[in-house]
Amino acid sequence: MIRLEPRLAPSRIWSFLAPLAAVGATLVGGSIIFSLLGKNPIDVLLTIFWSPLFDPNMSAYARPQLLVKATPLILIAAGLAVGFKAGIWNIGAEGQYIMGAIAGGAVALAFYPAEAWFIFPLMVAAGALGGVAWAMIPAALKIRFNTNEILVSLMLVYIAAQFLAAVSLGALRNPEGSGFPGSRNLQYYDSASNPELLAGTGVHWGGMAAVAALACLYLLMRRHIMGFHLRLAGESPRAARFSGARPALLVAFCLGVSGGLAGLAGLFELAGPSGQISIDFNVGYGFTAIIVAFLGRLNPIGILLAGLLVALTYIGGEMAQFMLGLPRSAIQAFQGMLLFFLLAMDLFLHYRIVFRTGAKA
Amino acid sequence: MNFLRKIQLAASIAAAAALSLAAPAQADPLKVGFIYVGPVSDFGWTYEHDQGRLAIESALGDAVETTYVESVPEGADAERVLTQLALAGNELIFATSFGFMDPVINVAQKFPNVKFEHATGYKRADNVSVYSARFYEGRAVIGTIAGHMTKTNIIGYVASYPIPEVVRGINSAYIHAKKVNPDVEFKVVWVYTWFDPAKEADAATALIDQGADIIMQHTDSPAAMSIAEEKGLFAFGQASDMKQFGPNARLSSIIDDWGPYYVERAKAVLDGTWESEDAWHGINEGMVGIGEFSDKIPADVQAEAQAIADAISAGEYHPFTGPINRQDGSPWLAEGETADDGTLLGMNFYVEGLEGEVPN
Repeated sequence: MIRLEPRLAPSRIWSFLAPLAAVGATLVGGSIIFSLLGKNPIDVLLTIFWSPLFDPNMSAYARPQLLVKATPLILIAAGLAVGFKAGIWNIGAEGQYIMGAIAGGAVALAFYPAEAWFIFPLMVAAGALGGVAWAMIPAALKIRFNTNEILVSLMLVYIAAQFLAAVSLGALRNPEGSGFPGSRNLQYYDSASNPELLAGTGVHWGGMAAVAALACLYLLMRRHIMGFHLRLAGESPRAARFSGARPALLVAFCLGVSGGLAGLAGLFELAGPSGQISIDFNVGYGFTAIIVAFLGRLNPIGILLAGLLVALTYIGGEMAQFMLGLPRSAIQAFQGMLLFFLLAMDLFLHYRIVFRTGAKA
Repeated sequence: MNFLRKIQLAASIAAAAALSLAAPAQADPLKVGFIYVGPVSDFGWTYEHDQGRLAIESALGDAVETTYVESVPEGADAERVLTQLALAGNELIFATSFGFMDPVINVAQKFPNVKFEHATGYKRADNVSVYSARFYEGRAVIGTIAGHMTKTNIIGYVASYPIPEVVRGINSAYIHAKKVNPDVEFKVVWVYTWFDPAKEADAATALIDQGADIIMQHTDSPAAMSIAEEKGLFAFGQASDMKQFGPNARLSSIIDDWGPYYVERAKAVLDGTWESEDAWHGINEGMVGIGEFSDKIPADVQAEAQAIADAISAGEYHPFTGPINRQDGSPWLAEGETADDGTLLGMNFYVEGLEGEVPN
């Protein structure tokens, strides 16, 4: 008989091993799927993990694209990590990402076609505020009525998506777009665009913000009393209260930070790689960032690496599609397995397996 | 970012610059890339584009080599995939969704020697062609059938996005249903997606609950067809024939047949005669196909529908022929006047008699 027994304290070894073991198990599970599809699993794995980095034709372009793809993931995950540490679960970063982009984009379009240095900073501020404002809804409801922030923040994603569709067709639609949905393309509007800071590097202002966010995450968690309260709240809410933490403040802070960073991610993506507010502007970074945060153990370095790894599976996955003819759903299953195995491995952090023979009392 | 990484990046910039300048060598075979907005298994829009890709392969054999990337989100991801397809040596790239427009234009600037074909867009360049089908011609045919076949006089319409393409289809179907059945009424549900079987099914169900006994759709999956089959009502195949999803429900279908155009364009690249074009083909050129009529349609209705298709194909009849008023009652086309392509391409208004508003 096999039983799971709670550990007194999380296993230290497993807390390091779990992400690595999950990646390993994903590679094995993925290989099985790829073989069943009649592909050589080694070829597929090499295409996903090796080609974007080292293929002579593709890597020069793909490497910077890794940073482009990882930037919003890392930026959002850094914010989510703050709340997740404290047991405050913002699942609606996707919605905050959308609202940040809309707020920032609206500022840009309001000034169009004026050129001025202050437009972009204003957009950044509006983007962050848009995300914060959207995150304050679940925060306020939780503080005032003790609603579940997981549900509220998640539901608000769908409202944000509807709002996105509405402004793409209405208020922010490109008046010169022949009646098609979607705003003007900010890539063609100098004062509002967020181009690569150094051409060909894939680093735009969002990348800078992501690095800054990770640094702040480290300082907050390790060097600031707020970080202490957050960690304590996650581990022992009662103890946190005795140490002087104010639960309402923690809720507002966690949702505000994660919402703000998600909003920033949306704004930088809008003004940079994406360019346009359109009905399909959001592509799931807010949800994928949850995987990134957990895969990175809510730790700044971990999030950086996890963001790059997940970005690699996206870009390598596309290459596997057009170089090997692998269907996209196989890639998605492969990515999904990563979270699945990570959660499975996390079990061993908190529980140990006990083998028992015979009857028990 | 450490110093080593900076060096690596600098090296990769230089390499990228060199690559984008180098002309893709005219090596055999011609590589043709496709980027799809949905999965090839959608049995609708993307499925038919993929059939077009396969048509190139079977027509040109060893002279071509095709690849595709499916379910690519419109926006930044599309731009990356397009660039990668170009870097991988594809010399002709088909981008089969409207939302790929700006990414196509951006990437085309960086790869002047690669030819791009963008479906349903309006931005062109020396190496970017646009192409689309006159689906409204097919809508005229199925609108006629629906007008005759409805018993409740309510026709449900599952619409994707309120873009001219979709609005045009609603207008054309309505005008022709109304022509044969003055009591007919259209109910339109906007689902704001091209491909989401669950949403499409919900919309179809909602329309049936409101009394619709015939469902038309302008979305990519066969979900609405399945619902009509389940409820014992009628529907039309959209983009693809969809007969297998509604053996009893399917009355006819509008089939997108991209094969002939795709083969022609790939040949043009092989011959060196490819030029940037604006193609808008209809029943006549074979890009819009009318699926076989169900035997549930009475013979005289079949004959009438066929006559309309033939007249459109022969250029004797235009689906938008006056007198037609706008929804607000203001005149649009005078007696005998036909709509010009410019107005049709930007159509964002309903014709007189349709209820509701084009979402704005």
